[in-house]
Amino acid sequence: MKADETMEEIVVNSGDTAWMLMSTGLVVLMIPGIALFYGGMVRVKSALNMMMMSFGALAVVFVLWIAFGFSMVFGDSVDGKGLIGDVGQFAFLSGLDNSAALIGTIPAAVFIAFQGIFAAITVALISGSIADRAKFGAWMVFAGIWATIVYFPVAHWVFAFDDFVAKTGGWIANDLGALDFAGGTAVHINAGAAGLALSLILGKRVGFGRIPMRPHSLPLVMLGAALLWFGWFGFNAGSAVASNGTAGLALLNTIGATTAAVLSWLLVEKIRDGHATSLGAASGVVAGLVAITPACAAVNASGALIIGFVAGAICALSVGLKFKLGFDDSLDVVAVHLVGGIVGTVMIGFVGVDVGIFDGGGTEQLVKQVIGVGAVFAYSFIATMIIGKIIDLTIGFRISQDQEVAGIDLAIHAERAYELSDNGQGSVLGNSKGA
Amino acid sequence: MKLITAILKPFKLEDVKNALQAAGVSGMTVSEASGFGRQRGHTEVYRGAEYTVDLVPKVRLEVLVDDKDSDAVVDVIVKAASTGSIGDGKVWTTPVDQVIRVRTGERGSEAI
Repeated sequence: MKADETMEEIVVNSGDTAWMLMSTGLVVLMIPGIALFYGGMVRVKSALNMMMMSFGALAVVFVLWIAFGFSMVFGDSVDGKGLIGDVGQFAFLSGLDNSAALIGTIPAAVFIAFQGIFAAITVALISGSIADRAKFGAWMVFAGIWATIVYFPVAHWVFAFDDFVAKTGGWIANDLGALDFAGGTAVHINAGAAGLALSLILGKRVGFGRIPMRPHSLPLVMLGAALLWFGWFGFNAGSAVASNGTAGLALLNTIGATTAAVLSWLLVEKIRDGHATSLGAASGVVAGLVAITPACAAVNASGALIIGFVAGAICALSVGLKFKLGFDDSLDVVAVHLVGGIVGTVMIGFVGVDVGIFDGGGTEQLVKQVIGVGAVFAYSFIATMIIGKIIDLTIGFRISQDQEVAGIDLAIHAERAYELSDNGQGSVLGNSKGA
Repeated sequence: MKLITAILKPFKLEDVKNALQAAGVSGMTVSEASGFGRQRGHTEVYRGAEYTVDLVPKVRLEVLVDDKDSDAVVDVIVKAASTGSIGDGKVWTTPVDQVIRVRTGERGSEAI
């Protein structure tokens, strides 16, 4: 009997594997989700550039992920300090890129692909803070450097548990013991802090706060939010890395918190502005998803509703800060991802099952959560300021004012998002460059 | 000859077009326009940022007529376009020196 049990531990579990294959597909869908959510929110002249920043981030980050990113996150902690994984241990996925290798109960290849998309999504989220004005090449360089210097270490802190992939993991997961199931700190606070830093480095758009910058397509924003929500089931429930009750609870809470956040965001809008808007509903969806990300396996359904309701309201109240404080976080990465991530991560200390203050847990977990939040925010903000400044001083991060006013799509990509008339089509200059 | 230009509420275009055809007007040019008069615009709110939008969508209708038909056609347009509420638009006439039909080269009243 004992031999059989041992055998089972090293055999792939087909149920877990099937769910994680599906979860990986779901998280890939979040990339076009972000692209459409952000792309619909900008003016018509920069819709393509906004979408390209998400696609570009995926391309750069996943290549680096295979080269050394996975190893930096899930390799053995260098000197056991929990700060960074051994970059050489799984460089180019050595030893793991075959069909026999397992991580947990699933093929290593599936876990690697799943986690790699997390890195790409985190980078793509940042792009919302620098809409309409960033050089595409500079963004691609930033994406690679930021993933390497900021995301890979922080993901190691938060996602690398001892004895899962390697023997020693990150300090937040193992030494501190802050709870972050799917990335409230590593993904959302991380991206939000970086978005804040980049919006300060690049400065305000021409006419910020003076001329209207209204979303060019709210249906695209709604579609993007819907795709994000759908993909988020893979992001949260897939973070169980198993097809089990934890995944089920995470999935339930990913709906509960999100619906509560839609209600509270719309309520704030109705009271403050007089209208419940579609952009508010889409924003409430994302705010709720962000807030429940760290907490989806640590709270019961009521706790998820409370987190969602609080996050939707606080995030809705935070969107005005950029005008009051004068930073052009164009699509509210700070108000949605930084604030939403902080709310969700900290509230585990209040409503977390067994560990929260309201569930008889005392203040111990709350303190751990706050330390985790503070550490990720501080590291991401400071490191992003330095990376952003260096890129700005060397290759330049921002397009010229003329290009920005004329529209970044035409200036940088030589394309327009929409051709709504057959008139004035121009003429063909040449069409054989690819041959 | 006269050029009659009418700025209309978009939803009244069909009524005006039908009335003109019934009155014997055989052609017209319609374009989408935006502008404001006494009606002014509206406000929009995006994530709490409030914008005023002065320009209201309108339709611009243009008809070429003989001098003798001008007053009657203007009356047809005004009657068909009116809802009695603010923002119904304006109609004006402009003298026209010459009109040429491109296909045949006919000039003046013949070309209308």
